[in-house]
Amino acid sequence: MQKNSVVRIFMTFALILTSMNLAAKDNEKVENGGKEGLRTEIKEFIAHHLQDSHDFTFFSDEKEHKYYGFPLPVILWDEGLKVFSSSKFHHGQTVAEVGGSYYKLYHSKIYKTDAEGTINYDESHHATNEKPLDFSITKNVVSMLLIGLLMFFMFRSLARSYKKNNGMPSGVGRFLEPLVLFVRDEIAIPNIGEKKYRKYMSFLLTIFFFIWFLNLLGMTPLGVNVTGNIAVTFGLALLTFLITNLTANKNYWGHIFWMPGVPTFMKVVLAPIELLGVFIKPFSLMIRLYANMTAGHVVIMSIVGMMFLFKSWIGSPLSFGLAFALSILELLVAALQAYIFTMLAALYFGMANEEAHH
Amino acid sequence: MEKLLDQFSFGLFFWQILIFVGLIFLLKKYAWGPILKSVNDREEGIKNALESAEDARKEMQNLQADNERILNEARAERDGMLKEARQLKESMISDAKEEAQAEADKIVKQAQVTIEGEKKAAIAELKNQVAGLSVEIAEKMVRKELSNNDKQLELVESMLGDVTLN
Repeated sequence: MQKNSVVRIFMTFALILTSMNLAAKDNEKVENGGKEGLRTEIKEFIAHHLQDSHDFTFFSDEKEHKYYGFPLPVILWDEGLKVFSSSKFHHGQTVAEVGGSYYKLYHSKIYKTDAEGTINYDESHHATNEKPLDFSITKNVVSMLLIGLLMFFMFRSLARSYKKNNGMPSGVGRFLEPLVLFVRDEIAIPNIGEKKYRKYMSFLLTIFFFIWFLNLLGMTPLGVNVTGNIAVTFGLALLTFLITNLTANKNYWGHIFWMPGVPTFMKVVLAPIELLGVFIKPFSLMIRLYANMTAGHVVIMSIVGMMFLFKSWIGSPLSFGLAFALSILELLVAALQAYIFTMLAALYFGMANEEAHH
Repeated sequence: MEKLLDQFSFGLFFWQILIFVGLIFLLKKYAWGPILKSVNDREEGIKNALESAEDARKEMQNLQADNERILNEARAERDGMLKEARQLKESMISDAKEEAQAEADKIVKQAQVTIEGEKKAAIAELKNQVAGLSVEIAEKMVRKELSNNDKQLELVESMLGDVTLN
């Protein structure tokens, strides 16, 4: 099975990685704290990268506080709508004063503060300041809009090329059409069935390409991590959940609340388990995509970071090679995760539409 | 889990749902609908074309079978006609032969009849001439005989004698 071999490759890399991490740790102990600083810096950089950001920074020098990129609009709902540019935060350096209220950016989140920007912490070092409702056009929102536009133009050009080219795709459509057909013939029809797959096609196609393109965008040095964000995967899973349950037929609900073909006692026992399953299924979708993409980003960025830690003739090229190999693997994972998400969504739709056959 | 909840941003979730649902409807109208329709149409077209090709092939086969049959029939007819013609020829030849034979026989018979008639006539003629000649000869002899009276008387006498006998 392909999936197995992927898992095996991944395990091998993980093993190599752990052993190298151990080696790196040993190095740390022997050497002095200079590297410790670099380590925490890399760690923070990765943590920062994984999170959404209120500005689009391509690269930065944290020590000198120089950032190259562009600010994005911040939209807050705090006793009225407040819109301002994220440049007011100066990447968390200053307090933004808007309409008499003061806001501060702290660990990629906006907190309401006093004029000095004081952040209060509880005992476990969590900020306790009030958080206004944040509808900002963040880096992830921009990425999604970008991918949305890209998808719109790409697939509209495919749709148009049929008319121009007498029913045959041309240009980028030649690449996209087999993928569309793949989603239809390998994902939708086998899982949902010939009769009912049509009404789900728009969702399945959109979610497949949306996840895939966003995963790929995450592979670029732009440093976006949309599909590795829990809010995004939650949204995708929630839509899948809603569509599954809103289009479900009687048979589906019958199987959940009154499982046919088992004793009455078992029916009673099974009902809550099945009902739990209704929620667990989309929940697993959410966590799977989130965890896979986050893990991929963490692993690659860690190995890239190791290049700077080793600074030796053996270690750095080794890290580079590993990062290169893992990037290729991540390209596969990007497509695989999109496929798995779409596949499972289609499977759930199929379950919701299954006809009674007892 | 706590970290996940901490990371969860309602704003991002809101935008994500908005963008994604918007994208679904936009793409449904401008991309997926037309794409799937075109692909379906094309597949239908290919299916129909294949079916009609199959039909044409069958028709072709039928036609070929027809042709074969017609050819065979024509061949059989030709053979029949040739056979008939041969028979006709033979019968004509034999008829002609018979007719010729009959005609020849008739001519021969007529000739024989004619020859017979001619022969009889000739014989009759010959007889007449012989008779004439005999009469002449007899006359001449009689005249010579009867040149004297004695002899004439003798003849009368004998003749009379015959009459009385009668």
